[in-house]
Amino acid sequence: MAAPDAPAAARPQVPPAGPKGRRPPRRKGNSAALLLIAPSIVFMTLLFGWPMVSGILQAFGGPQGLTTANFSRMVQDPYFWSSVGNTLLLIVVMIPIQFVLALAMALLIRAKPRGSSAYFYIWAIPLAVSDLAAGLVWLTVFTDRGYLNSLLASLGLAPVSWLAYDNYPSMFGAVLIAEVWRATSLVFVIVVAGLQSIPKDYEEAAGVFGANFWSRLWHVTLPLLRPSLQTALILRTILAFQTFAVALALTGQNFPLVVGETYRWYTGLQDPNVASALALVVMAVSMVTAVGYLKLLRDQSEAPQ
Amino acid sequence: MSHATTSKASAGARPEPAVDRRPLARQRRNRVLLQVACILITLFMALPIYLIALAAMSSRQSLQKFPLSFIPDNFSTETMQTFLQSTGILGGLINSVQVGVFTLVLSLIIGVPAGYAVARFAFRGRDPYQLFLLFTRALPIVVLSVPLAQLFLQTGLYDSVLAVVLLHTALALPTTILITASVFLGVPRDVEEAARIFGCSPVQAFLKVVLPMAVPGIAAASIFTFVMSWNEVLGASILTLNQRTLPAQVLSSLAESPLAYRFAGGFLLVVPALVFIFFMRRYLTNMWGSTIR
Amino acid sequence: MADISIKGLHKTYPGSTELATNNVSLDVAEGEFMVLLGPSGCGKTTLLRMVAGLDFPDEGSISIGGRDVTYLPPQDRNLSMVFQSYAVFPHRMVRTNIAFGLMMKKVPREEMERKVAWAADLLQLSPYLDRYPAQLSGGQRQRVAVARAIVMDADVLLMDEPLSNLDALLRLDFRAELKKIVQQLGSTTLYVTHDQVEAMSLSDRVAVMKKGQIAQLGNPITVYEEPADRFVGGFIGSPPMNFLDGRITQQGALEVGGQSITAPEFLARAAARTGGTPVMVGIRAENISIVERGSSDSLDAVVEVVEPLGHATLLTVDLGGQTVKVQVPSTVRTSSGEKLGLRFDPGALRFFDAETQLGLTA
Repeated sequence: MAAPDAPAAARPQVPPAGPKGRRPPRRKGNSAALLLIAPSIVFMTLLFGWPMVSGILQAFGGPQGLTTANFSRMVQDPYFWSSVGNTLLLIVVMIPIQFVLALAMALLIRAKPRGSSAYFYIWAIPLAVSDLAAGLVWLTVFTDRGYLNSLLASLGLAPVSWLAYDNYPSMFGAVLIAEVWRATSLVFVIVVAGLQSIPKDYEEAAGVFGANFWSRLWHVTLPLLRPSLQTALILRTILAFQTFAVALALTGQNFPLVVGETYRWYTGLQDPNVASALALVVMAVSMVTAVGYLKLLRDQSEAPQ
Repeated sequence: MSHATTSKASAGARPEPAVDRRPLARQRRNRVLLQVACILITLFMALPIYLIALAAMSSRQSLQKFPLSFIPDNFSTETMQTFLQSTGILGGLINSVQVGVFTLVLSLIIGVPAGYAVARFAFRGRDPYQLFLLFTRALPIVVLSVPLAQLFLQTGLYDSVLAVVLLHTALALPTTILITASVFLGVPRDVEEAARIFGCSPVQAFLKVVLPMAVPGIAAASIFTFVMSWNEVLGASILTLNQRTLPAQVLSSLAESPLAYRFAGGFLLVVPALVFIFFMRRYLTNMWGSTIR
Repeated sequence: MADISIKGLHKTYPGSTELATNNVSLDVAEGEFMVLLGPSGCGKTTLLRMVAGLDFPDEGSISIGGRDVTYLPPQDRNLSMVFQSYAVFPHRMVRTNIAFGLMMKKVPREEMERKVAWAADLLQLSPYLDRYPAQLSGGQRQRVAVARAIVMDADVLLMDEPLSNLDALLRLDFRAELKKIVQQLGSTTLYVTHDQVEAMSLSDRVAVMKKGQIAQLGNPITVYEEPADRFVGGFIGSPPMNFLDGRITQQGALEVGGQSITAPEFLARAAARTGGTPVMVGIRAENISIVERGSSDSLDAVVEVVEPLGHATLLTVDLGGQTVKVQVPSTVRTSSGEKLGLRFDPGALRFFDAETQLGLTA
């Protein structure tokens, strides 16, 4: 970078127009590159930009033009606040569990136990499972005549109605377990990739200078893993706000979640405007969270150590 | 006539300390604990899959019994057959395959050139473009689906395979571009430049040299796109009514369907995951490692 | 400071059938600078890593300061180490990098700051203490790695090819600086390198290794002048020692390249008994001088290549079908094709058994 007080003439500039007003051509690469990315920009603008604008209009739309009536209907719906509460509670509990579990799994794999390639395959399978399928898989376990109750019965214990609408803690637990089962895989793979990119030397050096396993983890591994964890955290949280089919499969309508409500307003109650309003709420919260994470994690790295 | 060696005498006549093998024993114990932990986690991950396979492969009768048996002593394809013959399931399967394949093709057509541009050209606006892609990747599906449904209604695209393909491509494109960009970054520039020196045009160099080296990475990205499309539930449900994909079909009939139907549906949705991850497992870490900034 | 005692170390890496180290024994005295020298794959780095605790031997023992450490994890061995890649933590400032080992030992803050300042001063890093490694050059990062190592009061200082990633000029400068620092500290040092110039310059003693075993152990000048076998002679010294096929006749002459010169007493006597033996002759390029053809005790040769190196001239000559490198002062003028005579300095001649390639001594 040029020194700030270098004379203006010394700083790189676009060459001034010549006598005929022509400038020298830009690098040929520029136009080729723009040509190559043009289709993607067009496509994305049409399919992201247009719906976004349209969605905002729809959320504020009414028979007589712009209105906030949709939002008030949304908020007054009896299930709205419980859906928000459930979603937030789920995220607050689920994300830390997933990250600790994924980190533990990645560290276990890294220690190369016997059979580690088989373990890696099995532990990665759930990431390719859809959330609907995950819900159905755990349905076999938690349903009244399912495998968990069968196990209890064969041990002589009384079966429990895990998914009953009035058994809130266990409904929450079932959805939590199903989502942890499904979504931890993705974080696990991201962390494994991140660990692989950390050269062995750093941890060996830390070891020679007196750090035991936990010290090495805290002082060397985790700080160097921060970029991977950051990306994973943002992606995972935004996806977690959209938890939907898992709960539908396990608990039907008894465990409302925000996106589940969006679906219900759209298909069940046939009101696309309120559905859009809900979608906007999800987007707003996701954006705020993403920005919050970025700020939080960036501040930590700048702090003196 | 011997090795010329010189060595100072050892310091004093200190007795040899015995080799302390306790740390070795400690390490061996740790390895055992490691295996135990791995086995526990594997049980957690694998058991549910085994259970739904078991449930889907049991006769209807045995599913009515309580308690359920944990061993496959009542193998039968009855449940699966009934499921496959239910309304809309076979059609849903076909639709899911169609949507997946078209999404894959479309996202590659649009995404691979863009990925190449990001990898090879330091063009003005590259950073904002990458930021734009990251931003769109983080956009919730639900935000798009509802308005898109309205737009498709107005343009007559609603309830068609094309509608879902467009949505899924839009979802897959950012990831495809970023992954192919890092794949192309992994192809050394000098190989390409050597091809140019030896007479290839830029397009020829790309097709003959770069593309073959990039194929494994792009294949992995394609499989990832297909799986994503196969599993996508919310958008597909909102955008279609009669031309449903498999997950959308199962979702819409969830409330009214018998347990056996749901078990069979879940199993069918899980099987591709088993197959895809098996073939993709070597590429998994490469893909995610390379997209991490 | 402590001494190191290594006995009978065997190690095979899993998935390999070759022995990485084969029954290696070595004693390093307190305060001694021991260099492990050898080509890649000879086992020198494996040996160092076992002393560090980063790998464990299959058999054998290592003790430091009289304490058995064979299977102890590295953090319990009270060592410090400079890595080839420096391994300077990128997410911490220079200051906290240097202080890392002290932090692990929970040294009180004041003492820690004092020591860091001392080490930074010694390595001219004081103006960079608050920078991050990414903002430093490679050479400066290397200094950080060294500072981090010397700031501890470790029993033993280990170094794994610390200079190999530096460019040639920096390497020369820093080599001298490193020697000065280590002498000042008086640490027991175990240093690994494949560069024989470094080994010669830095070591109190050098262990030349090949294929998992120590080929020769001794002080550098001895190893240079009296190599134990052909491998050591050829590895140390630049240009490497010349090796010629020759023969000791029953009459007590040394035949080389179809010509004869006087053979040393002890070999002549043995040959007289056995009736002449083949022998391998070793002579360093700088111990050969150019003389008039036909002078006494000289061998006729033809110049093939002349390489003026600046401080000397390196000649490649053909001696009766065998190639010999001769180093002559740069004032000597000669050209390709010229015929001249070679005289070997009798005190510098080394002899090796033609079959075993081991050195022959009186």
